[in-house]
Amino acid sequence: MELISLGVRSIFIDNMIFAYFLGMCSYLAVSKKVPTALGLGLAVIFVLTTTVPLNWLIVNYLLKPGALSWISPQFAEVDLSFLSFIVFIAVIAGFVQLTEMAVEKFAPALYGALGIFLPLIAVNCSILGASLFMQGRPYSLIEAGVYGFSSGIGWLIAIVALAAIREKLRYSNVPKPLKGLGITFILVGLMSLGFLSFMGITL
Amino acid sequence: MNFLHHLLEKQRPLFEKGGKFERFYYVFEAAETFMFTPPSTTPARGTQIRDAIDLKRMMITVVVAMLPCLIYGMWNAGHQHYLAIGREADFMTKFMLGLKHTLPIILVAYAAGGLVEVVFAVMRKHPINEGFLVTGMLIPLVMPITIPLWQVAVATIFAVLVAKEVFGGTGMNILNVALTARAFLYFAYPTDISGSVWTLLDGASTVDGYSGETALAIIAETSTAQGSGFTPGAAVAALNSISWAPGLFSFENLFLGAIPGSIGETSTLMCLIGAAILIATGVGSWKIIVSVFTGAYITGLLVNAVAVNAYMDLPAHYHLVIGGLAFGAVFMATDPVSAAHTETGKWIYGFFIGFFTVIIRVFNPAYPEGIMLAILLMNVFAPLIDYYVVQANKNRRLSRATV
Repeated sequence: MELISLGVRSIFIDNMIFAYFLGMCSYLAVSKKVPTALGLGLAVIFVLTTTVPLNWLIVNYLLKPGALSWISPQFAEVDLSFLSFIVFIAVIAGFVQLTEMAVEKFAPALYGALGIFLPLIAVNCSILGASLFMQGRPYSLIEAGVYGFSSGIGWLIAIVALAAIREKLRYSNVPKPLKGLGITFILVGLMSLGFLSFMGITL
Repeated sequence: MNFLHHLLEKQRPLFEKGGKFERFYYVFEAAETFMFTPPSTTPARGTQIRDAIDLKRMMITVVVAMLPCLIYGMWNAGHQHYLAIGREADFMTKFMLGLKHTLPIILVAYAAGGLVEVVFAVMRKHPINEGFLVTGMLIPLVMPITIPLWQVAVATIFAVLVAKEVFGGTGMNILNVALTARAFLYFAYPTDISGSVWTLLDGASTVDGYSGETALAIIAETSTAQGSGFTPGAAVAALNSISWAPGLFSFENLFLGAIPGSIGETSTLMCLIGAAILIATGVGSWKIIVSVFTGAYITGLLVNAVAVNAYMDLPAHYHLVIGGLAFGAVFMATDPVSAAHTETGKWIYGFFIGFFTVIIRVFNPAYPEGIMLAILLMNVFAPLIDYYVVQANKNRRLSRATV
């Protein structure tokens, strides 16, 4: 029950896009077509689901103050948490590399469509953000996994919804100065108005 | 009338290409087509579809369908006033009082929105959109009667500008324009559109024990007060035990709509009359209306089954008559632009509006009512629903194809 509540909360209430505005660059850039957006969303889910629990292990068994005491009691004083940023990024970059190879092998069309934005998942704010949120919250390993997975789902829902709207937007008569990114920013603002429905729900 | 038409026709060269007021051609055109049939016709070549229904007639039908709600709302505004101050008044007195306070709101909404429309039409050289006829009427109907007029103006300008004109005008918006106006006010000036603002008091002293709360607020309060150790049926009991106006929140009265609320939303009966007009003329989609009610009812039953507080225990049919669900389902969700366009999509779209409305009411203590945000949320997802319905159709037909 706790896990379901955590999942629902990270998908809708603490949505990476509409509540924290994380991962906006690829969100805005790769949301022109639904299939591409879906592909990127799935890649983000995969990377989030693997890196958040992995980083949880690293934090709890290597970095936290006193985390190293499982090796020997003399390390009980050691605090390596200043390394967390660089370690998180290294783990994320490794997994993005893995994803990239898998996508290139199994879905070459998607690989071409995603272009530079696939390797750029490594610096997608929502992925590092999820690991850092995880570090600051008292999650267990399983909770960390659920949190990573459902944050990814939330991101996927947000990007496919935007992509579908932008496909429809082709028929709109947008003023010239607003074409492209301008109207997309307005659109995302209006979308988060709809997502305000979930603000304040306590689960 | 002929005289007027001739007078108007005489001005035509001034507005046409090369004329003195060329820039204002679309203002002239709007004024002319509003009153007369324009002289220009489609050249009689090729295949033509002749149909009496055009955008103007469609929009006017919606406005006509809203009239029962509007007239009832005017009477109800006066009725609530006299109820709150504990005095008797006849039908006309109540109606005139409501009229006096409703008319300025309508005029301000039409003037503010119309101004934005004209400015955009002149600058962007597109015809003036008839869609605003409906939006300008919807906005006053979802406002409390005590709303400050400048807020109506600000909200209308914001909504027409940001939710509609930047996308290119009528037929191209993503979110429902009238609801965007309301949501804007709701988050920008919450004190003037929530709490006990629903009854017009005019500074008069009220009867003993008066509270201007809506049914939704009373249920929410009962639910919070009793917590998980609630007595079954507590919400209905609380509604029926209003001390200052006995029977105000009985089920019949909630359905008829002589209750505090936004101007046009209170009466489920009047909304259903409007729905009948929309469905009979084919302007509104019956699928959306039916599926919103079904979605809300089923979700109501589901939360009943697992009730852990008084709000979850509220009988499902109450969800259909309290708050703005009926008004939203009939006039807002059916907006043909922001709703789902595919027929299967309409069922899904409507169902989720009903679903989220009840979910927000019951589980989100931050908002007393859910229909506004539920419709805005589903407006966001409507294109995605359409996309997948179309894809599913394509796949089904591809699998049948034998090449």
